Amino acid sequence: MFKRLSPPEATNEAVVTFHFDEQTVTARLGDTVAAALLTSGISICRSTPVSNAPRAPYCMMGVCFECLVEVDGNPNVQACQVEVRDGMHVHTQQGARRLTS
Amino acid sequence: MQQCDFAVIGGGLVGSAIAYGLASQGHQVSILDEGDVAYRASRGNFGLVWVQGKGQEIPRYSQWSMRSASKWSALSQELFELTGVATQHHNPGGVHLCYSEAELASREVDLDALSQATDRQFSFKMLNHSQLHDLIPEIGESVTGASWSSWDGHANPLYLLRALHAGIRCHGGRFLAVGKVKEIRRNGESYVIESNHQTITADRVILAAGLGNRELAPQVGLDAPLIPNRGEILVTERMRPLLNLPTTYLRQTGEGSILMGDSHEDVGFNDGTETPVLAQIAKRAVRALPALANTRVVRSWGALRVMTPDGYPLYQASESHPGAFIACCHSGVTLAAAHAKCLAPWFAGAEAPSEITPFTAERFHVQTSIPA
Repeated sequence: MFKRLSPPEATNEAVVTFHFDEQTVTARLGDTVAAALLTSGISICRSTPVSNAPRAPYCMMGVCFECLVEVDGNPNVQACQVEVRDGMHVHTQQGARRLTS
Repeated sequence: MQQCDFAVIGGGLVGSAIAYGLASQGHQVSILDEGDVAYRASRGNFGLVWVQGKGQEIPRYSQWSMRSASKWSALSQELFELTGVATQHHNPGGVHLCYSEAELASREVDLDALSQATDRQFSFKMLNHSQLHDLIPEIGESVTGASWSSWDGHANPLYLLRALHAGIRCHGGRFLAVGKVKEIRRNGESYVIESNHQTITADRVILAAGLGNRELAPQVGLDAPLIPNRGEILVTERMRPLLNLPTTYLRQTGEGSILMGDSHEDVGFNDGTETPVLAQIAKRAVRALPALANTRVVRSWGALRVMTPDGYPLYQASESHPGAFIACCHSGVTLAAAHAKCLAPWFAGAEAPSEITPFTAERFHVQTSIPA
């Protein structure tokens, strides 16, 4: 659904790979996790706490909290506020987070 | 010029509950709201429907709170059926946490006195740590125990306000954003209310403007010596249920966020926040529920309680200005059902509820003691 204005190979930015649930995803260094998911055709990043409805990144600027994901075991992370790193493990945020002390 | 039976000045929880009660009885009601420049205590509160510990000095306040708590479920249901807005009211009982044996013992003495003063209508139980742990598995080790009462519960105050506003409209009432009310004057049998944007005439006028009542009350022969008292609140991200009953300063909302609150600050009309106070609130919350140490706080705010010198409400009919009344308190959520179902009929001519007789402003005036 989304396309980069220029393909990754046309820039000098390094390519990074990370994991989203069971998938391996390729992105460009400097991408936010939200941008990387959208450009890879992944449009569901979480389900809502109240009705379990699917959600996707929306505002891309840290305001709407639609893009919550789990990053390296850390729940409720705003995917649009975190840059991708090589080998990162990103998971869908299913409903509200569980609290683990 | 707009004309109505009742003009309720103030569109917060107190004014809206009263206006809802009046409108649902068939009266023509207009709420006159100042707008978002007002202090808006009803947008900043915690959302407890709380009885335990209230009314230590004036037991009739405990009875008034119980009257409201016992009518809350029906009000919530009625509002839902009428407007489709759910207030998220739950009444699982509530706990007040204690951190030492001495604190537990003195809590028990206080609550027992209250229970006795209300002919045992108010009831409670003391819980030790393990009994509390059965109710709240996440409870911290340093919490010695708690007092528990079946009277307590909680609701979402923003949904309550929305439901009341919608309910008022369903019953033909009007919500008028008129700006600040400047003047209330008598004109024959009715009142003329001049505001920034409109002039309204009404047969009866009810002052429910929170701290704004201070300036309005003298215009109709009443007295409202109110003091702002700031409370700050923090709210966390949404989480799976971990706290299934409210405590005095921690509750989990229907959406899963945890509210932490309950500072009491004398800072005049400053409704901001201060980091040391917020830090203290967070520290106390983590002590109660250690698992909260890992959660994110997503918002915090301050709001001003509407306090009288003794903390109890003020309900009074003006003697010099027939048809003018005042209603203010800082428990607009707990008392919403009593305000809608018991106070509103009084304004419309029914007998005053027996619980409210102590709550006139005369109690703040200089008293002379008359030797027996």
